[in-house]
Amino acid sequence: MKSVGKNIPRLDGYDKVTGKVKYVDDIDIPDCWRGEVVRSDIPYGRIKKINFDKAFDWDKVMTCTYKDIPGKNATIFLSDDQPILAENLVKHVGEAIVLIAAPSASKALEAKKHITIEYDTLDSVLSIEDSRKRKNVIFGKDNIQAKYKIEKGDVKKGFAEADFIVEGEYRTGFHEHAYIETQGMAAIPRPDGGLTVTGSLQCPYYVLKTLKSALLLDETKINVVQAPMGGAFGGKEDYPSLLGMYVALLSIKSGKPVKIIYSRDEDIVVTTKRHPSIVTHKTGVKKDGTITAMEIDVAFEGGAYSTLSPVVLSRGVIHSAGAYKCENTFCTANCYATNNVPTGAFRGFGAPQVFYALEMHIDKVAERIGMSPHEFRLKNCVEVGDRLSTTQLLKESVGAKECLEKVLSAADFGKKWRNNLDTCAFKHLRTKKGIGLSLYMHGGAFTGSGEGMKSEAGLRLNKDGTISVLTGCTDMGQGSHTVLPQIAAESLGVPAALVNTAVPDTAVVPDSGPTVASRTTMIIGSILVRCAEKMKKKLPDLKKRDVKELLKTYYSEHGELKIIERYILPPEIKWDQEKHCGDAYPVYSWAADVAEVSVDAETFEVSVDKLTVAVDVGRAVNPVLVEGQMEGGTLQALGWALMEDCIYKNGKPVNNRFQTYIIPTAKDAPEWKTIIVEKPFSYGPFGAKGIGELPLDGGAPAIANAIYNATGLRITSLPITPEKLYSLYEEKNKIK
Amino acid sequence: MKRRIKLNNGIINADADPIRRLIDVLRYDLQVTGTKDGCGEGACGACSIILNGECVNSCIILFGQIEDGDEILTVEGLLKDGKLSRLQESFVKNGAVHCGACIPGMLLSATALLNKNLKPTDEEIKDSISGNLCRCTGYGKIIKAIRECI
Ligand code: FES
Ligand code: FES
Repeated sequence: MKSVGKNIPRLDGYDKVTGKVKYVDDIDIPDCWRGEVVRSDIPYGRIKKINFDKAFDWDKVMTCTYKDIPGKNATIFLSDDQPILAENLVKHVGEAIVLIAAPSASKALEAKKHITIEYDTLDSVLSIEDSRKRKNVIFGKDNIQAKYKIEKGDVKKGFAEADFIVEGEYRTGFHEHAYIETQGMAAIPRPDGGLTVTGSLQCPYYVLKTLKSALLLDETKINVVQAPMGGAFGGKEDYPSLLGMYVALLSIKSGKPVKIIYSRDEDIVVTTKRHPSIVTHKTGVKKDGTITAMEIDVAFEGGAYSTLSPVVLSRGVIHSAGAYKCENTFCTANCYATNNVPTGAFRGFGAPQVFYALEMHIDKVAERIGMSPHEFRLKNCVEVGDRLSTTQLLKESVGAKECLEKVLSAADFGKKWRNNLDTCAFKHLRTKKGIGLSLYMHGGAFTGSGEGMKSEAGLRLNKDGTISVLTGCTDMGQGSHTVLPQIAAESLGVPAALVNTAVPDTAVVPDSGPTVASRTTMIIGSILVRCAEKMKKKLPDLKKRDVKELLKTYYSEHGELKIIERYILPPEIKWDQEKHCGDAYPVYSWAADVAEVSVDAETFEVSVDKLTVAVDVGRAVNPVLVEGQMEGGTLQALGWALMEDCIYKNGKPVNNRFQTYIIPTAKDAPEWKTIIVEKPFSYGPFGAKGIGELPLDGGAPAIANAIYNATGLRITSLPITPEKLYSLYEEKNKIK
Repeated sequence: MKRRIKLNNGIINADADPIRRLIDVLRYDLQVTGTKDGCGEGACGACSIILNGECVNSCIILFGQIEDGDEILTVEGLLKDGKLSRLQESFVKNGAVHCGACIPGMLLSATALLNKNLKPTDEEIKDSISGNLCRCTGYGKIIKAIRECI
């Protein structure tokens, strides 16, 4: 193959290293006003009055409230419960109430100081526990935003057969995306009377949907364009629908272009986070290592509005029993409303929480029966022919065992694990080493028959003899706008240099579905393969002469050639959404991590020395980009495991700055080793599966297990701080 | 306040309020937008530039601190006669660039390092970019890209 499997440097690399790339705040829009947002500073209450200071000259600025929204005052997701601007109730700190635009940022900020809000405060609910016991009912009848149950076999029977039953509870907190480019959007009036909304956003057609419904405009009057994105990780999946509405409302009312760029503090306070979780496990196991039953309960905190929580919870519970053989599983899941900021999409989408719980718990189970963590996993790891907890039969492309075997041998796991076992040595050494393992997977694309929504993508022959990929899916840094042209070039049989990706503009590109769920390479890529087949039939034989000249000539003779195709769901997928039973995903990507850590015996500080990751992606279309995804995602998991902690006080984040919300630096990064395993998926383009989210799922438990191997301390809530390690150490020694 | 400074490859006259942040003068007044604002308080390094040979955070420097004759290098100045610098080339080749938001700052920190230290160790490379946060790459490929330019 000439393009697929090659390390083609990313197509936007040149613009990014020269500073030529224009992120939304870099675009020079003439006569552009700047916007500001007045927000709730209480977690729950009724708005009594909005005071506009009479002493201030309001003629020079423009303000909007919910009354300026002509259509539906809601972001359009699953249940449309989130208002764009609060009407009389606020349900979390940071909820938008009034919008301001002014000719300069300083004027807009000044105006903001002259608006005050009076409230009647209500009794807020700020934790999963309080929501579960209904301290106050703030959502529906019972505070539950979504619930599921997955059943396979008979757990009662399974527990009866077990020699041991092992239980555990695991917790994680809010997790901030911390993309380096904060959220920002601009609305620009078009010469034809329409409006262009552009900015840092993952899903142009999501934003368009909300704009259309709230502004009562159709797509001839409004288009959404993705600007180059400085990172997103899920954080720019749903939130830009709100921000897009803010700039659109202000622009329509003022007649000016309007831009809003969040400061870091504002971004951390108001945008979504990863769902905090409490996951409990009860596992039945035989002496020989057979898992006879798994009972799992997953509780997520959804925050004030349900937004994407029902699907995050669904993905969470589907992954909660992981990649293990077990005849009897029973998984329950609930997402609880609170008066904290709405939680939403974050790389992994519910799976990192359940894998942190599961992969720590598996180590505990193995220990209970005196088996090593790797032997236990090797014995129980799924293979082709096995069924997952949703009863999904694994027919092909299952690299779990190969990933395990490869990662274990590359890291020399067994020997190191045994050598580190003497945790008594912990107090005698300056630093103690530890090694830990995790096994995990991630379902590619939407759940069940979700991909039956018929996403579209296409190829267009351009005048200059190049070919453009047309897709509404965006490149947020992951490299899809290099990978998709590679797939198209390979299928067309043209040099990769002739293919690019058109700017995602809803006026130009079709609706390819959102850029989420590790779906772009696999779903859009496979549509492009079909487009290429069709295009090839129309074009003359591309093997013969100078291809670019040939394409140019074709264009000059026939005009533009555009092929748009729809995604076709593999026919055998059967999914019962009600029972959450059947083929949860078209296919899974599999991986195993080995983390090697050093724990300082005096300060209890943990440093991760090395991370070895083996990953089955079906086919690595661009191996360097695959490694980049694995390393980058695993470092986010490392941050979540050891240092990242959003601290909230009365619904307000206390550490909403990069000085106080600490993410990993180059000095925290381990040495990386990524091993690529390729078990092709017959419906993926050239066998490729998804990769984007997978790396976040396995890092935290591998590190936690390594810390246990080093110290004998099992910390069951993230982040694993020196303080937590120290107090558990003290507690254990006191008991002794 | 007026200042005559060397910005990248040219001499310019800049005129701004002395209490305006240098990053804003660069980005908004002079339209040199390669330098990024990731936090505004010296914690992320997205705004790193080289001022008189030293790598500094331009978000915590006020225009009033700039003197006539000062030399400022931003990411735009790394390109020489339309050619990428070795570091820029190495970043692209090694997959050290993902979203790109941290990259201008990263490149300037690395440039400042290699200007002073021809043979940095891995530890010295890590030290030199430890003030530049990258949320995408895991740093491994960035370190490799810099190492290859030694
Ligand atoms: S923007 Fe200057 S250090 Fe973050
Ligand atoms: S490449 Fe995205 S922050 Fe570094």
